Amino acid sequence: MRVVIAEDLFLLRDGLIRLLEAHGMQVTAAVETGDELLAAVAKERPDIAIVDVRLPPTFTDEGLRAALTARQTQPGLPVLVLSQYVEQLYARELLADGSGGIGYLLKDRVLDSDQFVDAVRRVALGGTAMDPEVISRLLTHNSSAGPVAAVTPRERQVLALMAEGRSNAAIAQQLVISERAVAKHTASIFVRLDLQPSDDDNRRVLAVLAYLNR
Amino acid sequence: MSANTVTGAAAQVGRLLAAGLQTLYVVGLAVAGTAALLAAPVLVFATVIGVDDRIGPAGGGRFHLIFGLLLAVVPCAVWGLSWATGAGGRAAGAALLAPGVLAVAATTTYGGAPPGGGHGVVWPALALLPLGVLSARWVAAETRRLVGRWTGVAIEQPYRPAPQRSANAWQKVSWRSLSWRSLRWRAGGWLTDPATWRDVAWTALTGCAVLAPAAGCAAAAAIPWLLGPPALFVLYLAALFLSPLIGLWAAPLLLTLHARGARALLGPTRQAELALRVHHLAQTRADTIDSGAAEMRRIERDLHDGAQARLVALGMVLSAAEHLIDSNPEAARAMLVEAKSSSAKALGELRDLVRGIHPPVLADRGLADAVQALALDLPLPVRFAGGLTGRPPAPVESAAYFAVSELLANVTKHAGATQVWIEIGHTGAMLRIGVTDDGHGGADPAVGSGLRGIERRLAAFDGVLAVSSPPGGPTIANLEVPCALSSPKTSSCSGTV
Repeated sequence: MRVVIAEDLFLLRDGLIRLLEAHGMQVTAAVETGDELLAAVAKERPDIAIVDVRLPPTFTDEGLRAALTARQTQPGLPVLVLSQYVEQLYARELLADGSGGIGYLLKDRVLDSDQFVDAVRRVALGGTAMDPEVISRLLTHNSSAGPVAAVTPRERQVLALMAEGRSNAAIAQQLVISERAVAKHTASIFVRLDLQPSDDDNRRVLAVLAYLNR
Repeated sequence: MSANTVTGAAAQVGRLLAAGLQTLYVVGLAVAGTAALLAAPVLVFATVIGVDDRIGPAGGGRFHLIFGLLLAVVPCAVWGLSWATGAGGRAAGAALLAPGVLAVAATTTYGGAPPGGGHGVVWPALALLPLGVLSARWVAAETRRLVGRWTGVAIEQPYRPAPQRSANAWQKVSWRSLSWRSLRWRAGGWLTDPATWRDVAWTALTGCAVLAPAAGCAAAAAIPWLLGPPALFVLYLAALFLSPLIGLWAAPLLLTLHARGARALLGPTRQAELALRVHHLAQTRADTIDSGAAEMRRIERDLHDGAQARLVALGMVLSAAEHLIDSNPEAARAMLVEAKSSSAKALGELRDLVRGIHPPVLADRGLADAVQALALDLPLPVRFAGGLTGRPPAPVESAAYFAVSELLANVTKHAGATQVWIEIGHTGAMLRIGVTDDGHGGADPAVGSGLRGIERRLAAFDGVLAVSSPPGGPTIANLEVPCALSSPKTSSCSGTV
């Protein structure tokens, strides 16, 4: 798997490269700025781009904007955005095109290398990986409006884990229910959110998007 | 067309009549105020020149009796009019005029002799003196209100701010808060405030402006006796029919003059304005420094008790693991797991701390998006409207952000709302943010320390917070901060929200 990294802190960049290479991935470019990222993505055509939100020269949301631009020029390019903090606003912006292959994680998650690499793989395959913190903040909402209001509490739990990017098997394990029950719940969620049966992965992304938009 | 002319003329006459009535009220106010103010000096003067009080009413003659009675009617008229046109509080204030005016009326009626005679009158005179000053302030307040209403441009309060909430007038003192100490303090504050003496000057001046022409008319009335009855008849007839017309013609002019005078004398002087400004600046500067220092202490404490302590613990666990790694690898592994979770917690605490100091999304995206991010984190449906074309100065941005954050926290904690509306905009060099909820209302900035904190924080930028929260809701909080927007440093993210 070919990876492009955009991260301005040397320690973290170095750590990421070592971590990913230890898990058998190939880091083809490691850059510092958004512009360099766009150039590297155009040149290397990676399987996934891992991008820090804050990059030079403005140190604001340069990385996020570069990631969105990259996805416009290369539709479907999987992007995993890392940040010191998570905002639902950014999560929504990232997911807005509804095509999947989006990850948005706290930098802390790098500490748990197995889970992190797992998330990288999922995103590279077109799935989503939303940070549990984004999800947990959503859980405090009493969604009395919108389509998500129709979802039952159990289905909402499934939806939350789905938003984190877990597979049906992982969800079943987490909630201590059978995989078939999870499949039933997800089907029910798709119906409630009025998502047409098409590509299953894409429906998962759309469900997560509906969830984030409340 | 003729109908138009007729209605136009009727409107004109109506305006003139209204102006005439307004002038009458102003004149009544001036007479009553002056009489109340002059009551003490008049009584003392009457005592000193020692008109024999045995002369009695008969000695004074009819003129004194009629004048005295008229004078006594004036405060009743003023009282009645302010009752009819406004709040009971104002009418109660007008009652202050009564004792002084009655004393003057009584003295006049008794032909210049103090009622009660001789030295006994000095004591009531002493009591009438502060009452006169108070009534002058009432007259000034009433004048300010009237001129503000009639001309549409309010006259600002010129008084020095009192340490308590309502600075201006005794009218607003609730009876519960009346204690001797506060009363004495207030009285002292009033007496040393130059604005009080300008009120007194205004009352005396308007009184003279009314009384001098009146005295002139009285003197002129003596002339006909020299002319003889036929001329007298013509003159009285002319006066009877002409004086209302002249009065109506002069009323608007007089009112304009009155308004200008009031603005000059009752409004804050340049010096007073500057003094108020200095006071405000000193206050807000002290508040800013205080809150800055408190914020520093909070950050220090949070770092000391949170991340710092966790890092120390982390170091200890790691060194213990280092010792154990050969002898007991299993225990060392458990310790490393513990160290990892400890470092994750430290990171979480640091993140929360940073959010409290300066939220990253505010630094990244500016106020509108940061407020929207706040709204997204709210456990309530939020409608967000408006936006900013540029970015306010960073300190204003931060103050406004935390103000909105506090308002939204109040909504979730206290309001019991089901929907929140947030509106943000920048018009006329003023940043405006409105937060409305459909909760049960009853929020009071005087009670909630949070709202007071917002007010103080915004005051440092000359910003204000207005909260309307009737019991039963809805609560509407509007904050305004004067500021300019800089051109956006970063354009927004490709229009995806």
